[in-house]
Amino acid sequence: MWRIFFALTYILKMGYTENELAKDLENQEYKFGFVTNIASDKAPKGLNEDIIRFISAKKNEPEWLLEHRLKAFAIWKKMTEPSWAHVKYAKPDFQDITYYSAPKQSKKYESWDDVDPEMKETMAKLGISLEEQQRLTGTNIAVDFVMDSVSVATSFKAKLAELGIIFCSFSEAVQEYPDLVKKHMGTVIPVTDNYYAALNSAVFTDGSFCYIPKGVRCPMELSTYFRINEGGTGQFERTLVIADEGSYVSYLEGCTAPQRDENQLHAAVVELIAMDNAEIKYSTVQNWYPGDKEGKGGIFNFVTKRGICEKHAKIAWTQVETGSAVTWKYPSCILKGDYSIGEFYSVAVTNNFQQADTGTKMIHLGKHTKSTIISKGISAGKSQNSYRGLVQIHKNAEHARNFSQCDSLLMTDECGAHTFPYIECKNSTAKIEHEATTSKIGEDQIFYCLQRGISEEKAISLIVNGYCKEVLNQLPMEFAVEAQKLLAISLEGSVG
Amino acid sequence: MITINNLHASIDGKEILSGLSLEVKPGEVHAIMGPNGAGKSTLASVLAGREEYQVTSGSVNFDGKDLLDMSTEDRAREGLFLAFQYPVEIPGVSNVNFLRTALNEIREYKGQKSISAKDFMAMVREKSSVVELDPKLASRSVNVGFSGGEKKRNEIFQMAMLEPKLAILDETDSGLDIDALRIVANGVNTLKSKENATIVITHYQRLLDYIVPDFVHVLYNGRIVKSGTKELALELEEKGYDWIKAEIDAQ
Ligand SMILES: Nc1ncnc2c1ncn2[C@@H]1O[C@H](COP(=O)(O)OP(=O)(O)O)[C@@H](O)[C@H]1O
Ligand SMILES: [Mg+2]
Repeated sequence: MWRIFFALTYILKMGYTENELAKDLENQEYKFGFVTNIASDKAPKGLNEDIIRFISAKKNEPEWLLEHRLKAFAIWKKMTEPSWAHVKYAKPDFQDITYYSAPKQSKKYESWDDVDPEMKETMAKLGISLEEQQRLTGTNIAVDFVMDSVSVATSFKAKLAELGIIFCSFSEAVQEYPDLVKKHMGTVIPVTDNYYAALNSAVFTDGSFCYIPKGVRCPMELSTYFRINEGGTGQFERTLVIADEGSYVSYLEGCTAPQRDENQLHAAVVELIAMDNAEIKYSTVQNWYPGDKEGKGGIFNFVTKRGICEKHAKIAWTQVETGSAVTWKYPSCILKGDYSIGEFYSVAVTNNFQQADTGTKMIHLGKHTKSTIISKGISAGKSQNSYRGLVQIHKNAEHARNFSQCDSLLMTDECGAHTFPYIECKNSTAKIEHEATTSKIGEDQIFYCLQRGISEEKAISLIVNGYCKEVLNQLPMEFAVEAQKLLAISLEGSVG
Repeated sequence: MITINNLHASIDGKEILSGLSLEVKPGEVHAIMGPNGAGKSTLASVLAGREEYQVTSGSVNFDGKDLLDMSTEDRAREGLFLAFQYPVEIPGVSNVNFLRTALNEIREYKGQKSISAKDFMAMVREKSSVVELDPKLASRSVNVGFSGGEKKRNEIFQMAMLEPKLAILDETDSGLDIDALRIVANGVNTLKSKENATIVITHYQRLLDYIVPDFVHVLYNGRIVKSGTKELALELEEKGYDWIKAEIDAQ
């Protein structure tokens, strides 16, 4: 998806027409299902203390981090897999997963010429080639590329460094900025938080790290690109974004994985810290392999994402979820500081046999805290799509406000949409509003479009994009274009 | 332009059109009148290619091509336009985006280049003035929050933008006050040419004071039972449909 993304950024300047965009849309199959033959440096399958020591040693980690991992592992062993979500799947066999898989040349590259050609090709297929980026100077996106478990390259680092912005792989941050990592890691999502967060804390291999200094407005979108490559591997990234007082950053996360028969596990942890008056926008376009039409294969996506807002800080999560066989994900905000703001904008599409249970938690602790939740579920095929949200107003959260809107769009008679809003309010000055709708895509709307000469495919894409507009509007422009195309591809031939 | 020959169509096994024939030549305006439930909208839907209706026999030739053999969107791209009796709302999709998509699909079908943003916007300005449509409505979501009259005017605006060969207006006059009626009729008349044709479906002769038809047909029991010139419309206005019903039922 990134290929088009960058191509677009480029062409937009040259005057890209909607028609050309439409042409790109015609590609319907899951486009990212290819496997790269890079010899990888892998841990043996299975999960035990030795494996954790192996990972930690591979990464040359300080003792405290190994301790942290081992503690998390001990906690995880005592936990049981949650079963409350509205999803059904065969529990992953945690001993049948490879927890560390690094492309062999995982050393730091001195120059672009040092990069393994095969790796370059992968990146080219994904459109993320640094070569291309370098050529397209002025494309204001810095990318960190996580393939399987290891962060491969971070671009634009020098430019960011001038502003004191740190944007690098998590492993590098552990080596270069251990104090920052030690101070903040696990403060938003403690090891004990949940089953998958505990697992991630024990075995995470890489991810991205970002720090924006006081008062700095990050001048470009920061972006991490995740890809699962190796068969039978789990991907457990860890992302930590710290926006110091009065700073601003917009962060993008894109995901793909090759087509495989077996289910693969992805259990990431993302922690955001927005200090006083800081703002973080975190946008995700998730396009993991969803499994085939019969429901075989696909990624299990069990992710814990949470941010904490100090005074007058703001965190906005925007997500467009089209992939994965099973998704279990609730990007949340802890509104700790007075006057802090949390926002959640989500489009979740499920088709065929996909299952998604996603939503958010808005925890209002501070006074005059405000949260907005806009969730748009789209179910097609035989899929199940659930919104699960919690709005919690604590005792001291005077004058807290929440507005939630959860809409479901059904494409067929065989799919399901479910809404589970939970509200816990302990302060009578709170104002909470909740709206929910469920509708079936209109035959009338499609006929109307067809009668104007618009193809059915494009009609559905128009209608669905219209339905998701409030969410798509939150995305950076290039990303929004990408997301629209993904929606169209995911819903190919899905009306019934 | 269009030759409909002995057309039979049904929905859910119930026959609605029972042997309808009609010929419309370029440059002509035909009015189709008839009592409620006669099958006027059904005819429009069948010609436009609405899937719920089954054509059981008969043929339709549109500009030398077999219309019934074409997909709904290809019929539109070939130049068949239907102004809906009940225009549909599409939330979140702007009128301009909708129309630009439609226009470009039609152009692509004809092997033409897609229209530039600049030319498109110029066209929007020009055509919206034809139906005195507030240009602000062009950027609003398709028909969402439009008044009844605005929806009908928007249909004619779309027609103006897409420049069809054959336009079928299904009760475009219903729910319009006299000013809106005049505006809509004006729009239709402005767009009239020697190359295109219009079928006006209406209940009331009122519209025909503004859009003067070359022929008037009465549709009853799924067939055209009487044809004439605009005087027939006046006669219907005066005497209602009962005398025609009686005539047919007597046969
Ligand atoms: N979807 C439908 N299912 C069953 N009958 C229908 C349907 N649509 C229309 N009809 C019937 O077909 C007949 C013709 O309807 P219509 O074409 O809308 O008439 P008109 O436009 O002349 O008032 C009516 O008897 C109506 O009840
Ligand atoms: Mg009718």
